[in-house]
Amino acid sequence: MKALRVAVAIATVVASSLPALAASEPPPGATSCSGCHTTGAAAAGSVSRLYGRDAGEIMTAMAGFRDGSLPATVMNRIAKGFSDDELRAIAAWLAAQK
Amino acid sequence: MGTSLRISRREFVGASAATITALAFPLPAFAQAAPRVVVIGGGFGGASCARALKAIDPKLQVTLVEPNKTFTACPFSNNVIAGLRSIEAQQFGYDKIAASGVTVVEQAATAVDAAARTVGLADGTTLSYDRLVLSPGVDLRFDALQGYDEAAATKMPHAWKAGEQTLLLRKQIEAMDDGGLVVIAVPANPFRCPPGPYERACLIAHYLKGKKPRSKLLILDAKDTFSKQRLFQNAWKELYPGMIEWVSLSQGGKVNAVDPATNTLITDFGNHTAQVANVIPPQRAGRIATIAGATDNTGWCAIDPVTFESKSAPNIHVIGDACLAGAMPKSAFSANAQAKTCARAIATLLSGGSPATPKLINTCYSLAAPDYGISVAGVYQPKNGVLADVEGAGGVSPADAPREFRAREADYAQSWFTTITAEVFG
Repeated sequence: MKALRVAVAIATVVASSLPALAASEPPPGATSCSGCHTTGAAAAGSVSRLYGRDAGEIMTAMAGFRDGSLPATVMNRIAKGFSDDELRAIAAWLAAQK
Repeated sequence: MGTSLRISRREFVGASAATITALAFPLPAFAQAAPRVVVIGGGFGGASCARALKAIDPKLQVTLVEPNKTFTACPFSNNVIAGLRSIEAQQFGYDKIAASGVTVVEQAATAVDAAARTVGLADGTTLSYDRLVLSPGVDLRFDALQGYDEAAATKMPHAWKAGEQTLLLRKQIEAMDDGGLVVIAVPANPFRCPPGPYERACLIAHYLKGKKPRSKLLILDAKDTFSKQRLFQNAWKELYPGMIEWVSLSQGGKVNAVDPATNTLITDFGNHTAQVANVIPPQRAGRIATIAGATDNTGWCAIDPVTFESKSAPNIHVIGDACLAGAMPKSAFSANAQAKTCARAIATLLSGGSPATPKLINTCYSLAAPDYGISVAGVYQPKNGVLADVEGAGGVSPADAPREFRAREADYAQSWFTTITAEVFG
């Protein structure tokens, strides 16, 4: 739990220090997310909407999927393809989308 | 222009000089006004790319060339064959894409002049481009399987392009007597939707189990291994015991010829006469890619893994099933992910920049039954000139998962289809 809180704290700091990302290039991997996670107004199915979500929350979830501490069906396999820096950048970019 | 009304003498002189230059050389100024991107093919790749280009830079002139008024999606079309879904649920129009500012031209592209940067259409008109995107999908190789041509496909459907063929296979399975034999012939790699034939076997078996339980299903395969193999084979045992038989390449599974008159599939090891024969022939990139000079001797398109630009045809990008995307499989998810990466790279190139190295994801669900989903996922990045797997990531669903897990993946599969088709066409 302590590790999770630290991850949230780090992600939150990183996210809030990078507001310019909203209008900038999406970081590597970020645009693939919308294959499953809607960019529309509301999630059409059971897969959550990520645009505008808190970056720390996304980062915590991805870190948990990657190390297996959070249960997942497919996100564990996907999270393992990204470093901490990459995940933080993606989380911040998703959070900045409307 | 609206920043200030006060113009200094120096700025005024500068502006005048610019005006004179513009008047003296009017053509280059016009030519640079709004870069033109033409996208050929309105499937998951092309439609996604056209839309993404316009979203990234609304100033771009984006034209989508697609002869069909309605797109019929392949993912979930196996559900139509199994009687679990209507074909209408697979169909999408281009109105919203046109409303987003993309010019949709309802024509077939018949010519590409890579040197002149023009596309010729079936009605004789010509479109000029600064960058061209080809997303033509696959062509079925009617030359690759003796006896199998377009006429044979009306008797032995491939149903590997969704629409009439999907409905034909559905009708044949519905009309078949209990105790009949369904044969699915599967080609060697690469081909569109690698797990598709095995999902099809599952869903046809699902229908037969309920309605015609004495029937059998035979898969004749030109391969010794296939996508999600262990998961599919476990599902066959668990859900359809004794119904599905898979014959691998080394067991004589490769179909060399077919006889549509007798519904017979011919292998080195013998003949199989089917009540319903679903022949999925070998494939290649859609013909326009060859016309454009973008295919190599494999019939597919080699591309730069950062920009998706053709390795043989400059200023022409190839995405989706037609391209050789390294480790990325030919799926709708891949086509959509590639489209968004390619659109970003094109916008960057057109503004004089250098595209960043991308990462791409694929996620592909298959249904072994309506409430039994399995998946494969991967993360990819350019390495040694191709898109390679990011090591340690990706893979298939666990082999030992409980049914609740399979049910969740089946639910996510449905959700995926709704979300991706809304992003592309909605």
